[in-house]
Amino acid sequence: MGVAIAAAMLLDMVMLATGMRESFRDLLLSRGFDIRLAPKGTLPFDTDATIPSVAAISSVLRSNPDVREISPVLGASIHIPARGRDISASLLGIDPTVQGDYKLIAGQDATQPNSIVVNDHLLRRLGARVGDSIEVATGYDPQTRTYSGQRRLGITGRVSFIYGAADQSSAAVRRETLDDMESGARRDRASLFMIRVRKGADPDRVRDWIEGYIPTVSAISIATAIAQVDERLSYFRQLSLILGAVSLFVGFLLVTTLVTVSVNERTGEIAVMRAIGVSRVHIVQQIVAEGVAISLIGSLIGLGLGLATARYLNGILSAFPGLPMAIDFFLFRPIAAWSALGLLIVSGIGAGIYPAWRAASLPISESLRREAIA
Amino acid sequence: MTEPQVVPDVHVDRLIVSLRDVHRDYKLGEERVHALQGVSLEVERGDYVAIVGPSGCGKSTLLNLIGVIDQPTSGTVEIRGKRTEEMADWEATSFRLHNIGFVFQRFYLMPILTALENVMLPMAEAGLAKTERLERASQLLDYVGLSARKNHRPSQLSGGEQQRVAIARSLANNPALLLADEPTGELDAHTGADIISLFRKLNEDGSTIVVVTHDEDLANAARRKVHMRDGRIV
Repeated sequence: MGVAIAAAMLLDMVMLATGMRESFRDLLLSRGFDIRLAPKGTLPFDTDATIPSVAAISSVLRSNPDVREISPVLGASIHIPARGRDISASLLGIDPTVQGDYKLIAGQDATQPNSIVVNDHLLRRLGARVGDSIEVATGYDPQTRTYSGQRRLGITGRVSFIYGAADQSSAAVRRETLDDMESGARRDRASLFMIRVRKGADPDRVRDWIEGYIPTVSAISIATAIAQVDERLSYFRQLSLILGAVSLFVGFLLVTTLVTVSVNERTGEIAVMRAIGVSRVHIVQQIVAEGVAISLIGSLIGLGLGLATARYLNGILSAFPGLPMAIDFFLFRPIAAWSALGLLIVSGIGAGIYPAWRAASLPISESLRREAIA
Repeated sequence: MTEPQVVPDVHVDRLIVSLRDVHRDYKLGEERVHALQGVSLEVERGDYVAIVGPSGCGKSTLLNLIGVIDQPTSGTVEIRGKRTEEMADWEATSFRLHNIGFVFQRFYLMPILTALENVMLPMAEAGLAKTERLERASQLLDYVGLSARKNHRPSQLSGGEQQRVAIARSLANNPALLLADEPTGELDAHTGADIISLFRKLNEDGSTIVVVTHDEDLANAARRKVHMRDGRIV
């Protein structure tokens, strides 16, 4: 059981070491956008900063034949009076025909000027349903309890925001609707551009081209985003590597101990094997095979245990505030299971070598004499 | 079923065991124990020798030297004309595999293997083909009267039956010499008597046997008794 627990821990750590990175990569690729543009020096939605001259930038981007689609997104905070209190949420101003921020679950997309799509979290807080109308404001003064930029919008659809956290209330409207609600205060500005490149084009080349032509933006391709995530998640990787190494070492010690105890209990049997002519090589092979067998059985039990633990921990960690719901900390990939299994088998072989060497070196007559006395 | 061949076809060598002025000393802490002090012994082909004497007189040490699992401090040990003290470990292992059969007081069968598999074990080590191993192991179990129990594991066999399996195993590679260390030591009188009969039958069929024992009945069944005291043959 101890070996199974060490194997489970090792599998979890292998999954954790790469899980968030791979999960983030899958998330970025899920809607087919290759490049994100954020205000210079920032990451998408890291700050309230916006990119000016959306029309001009779009025009420059369209001049590159490798750019296939452009989706400018404007982020804002909104306030909704409901059930006698103020409910705040985040709002995205998008172009529903090319957006890559949410998936429609039910109803219709926000294609009309007075329509809004909302996620389940916000629907629950509002106690509303698709088809209801709500008052949405872009400004709220808590002193005077007055709203500004208020507009009545009809909920046309239920959506799930791909980058949204589990505890996040979010909604989306057409970008023009948001402009109107803000009375044009941020007209022609965007928090983010999402860009699809032509099939076969190199996104990193397009990214370099954008940064050369549009100095007000930071262009982030999936490769650069992954590199930045890697940098931010280096703590997780280091932690998982250390814990993985500790698990492997504990597994190694356990297998060594089990095999050593087994050898110690069978010194008479081993001495007799040697006496009847079994070679040292075969004794070593047999005992190393025992170590591998213990590791394999432990690994198989550990696989189930590790997956169950990973699922449980993933549920807890994914609920962290601010993290996209779709991000998995522990991502199961067959390669992770194979890596853990490979490491445990190598460890099993290593663990069997010392007791095997001891068994093969047993002085036969002395061992038989001790056994006879015992 | 044909009678198994329990002794080699051609034993041109008359003298199977030859010990000359053999000494064996052990270090026990700071003390030096003289387990054997100038022992000389010869065992001829077809002989059945019982080594008897009080505990600690050196019987088992002598048997270990004859069995090539130990080496003398001085003197010479020749088994089938081969000087054992000159053998490397791998040579001694191979020599034991092909020339010597061992029977121990505590049987020492592999608990996870059946009786048949236990008997096949030394044959597998010697490189015999599986069909040959199966055939010969079955014949040997039949010879020791256990053909009906060949698929049982040691835990399913009585002490006497386990010792019979151990005897069959010792005959697996058709050894020139069969060594037994207190083979009736763990058995009741009735079962012990069966084993004594089996040893007598083996010797009558041509096996050369050296047995170390406290059991008078077993010793009396031998053709020759060698008495030992304080590391010497008396």
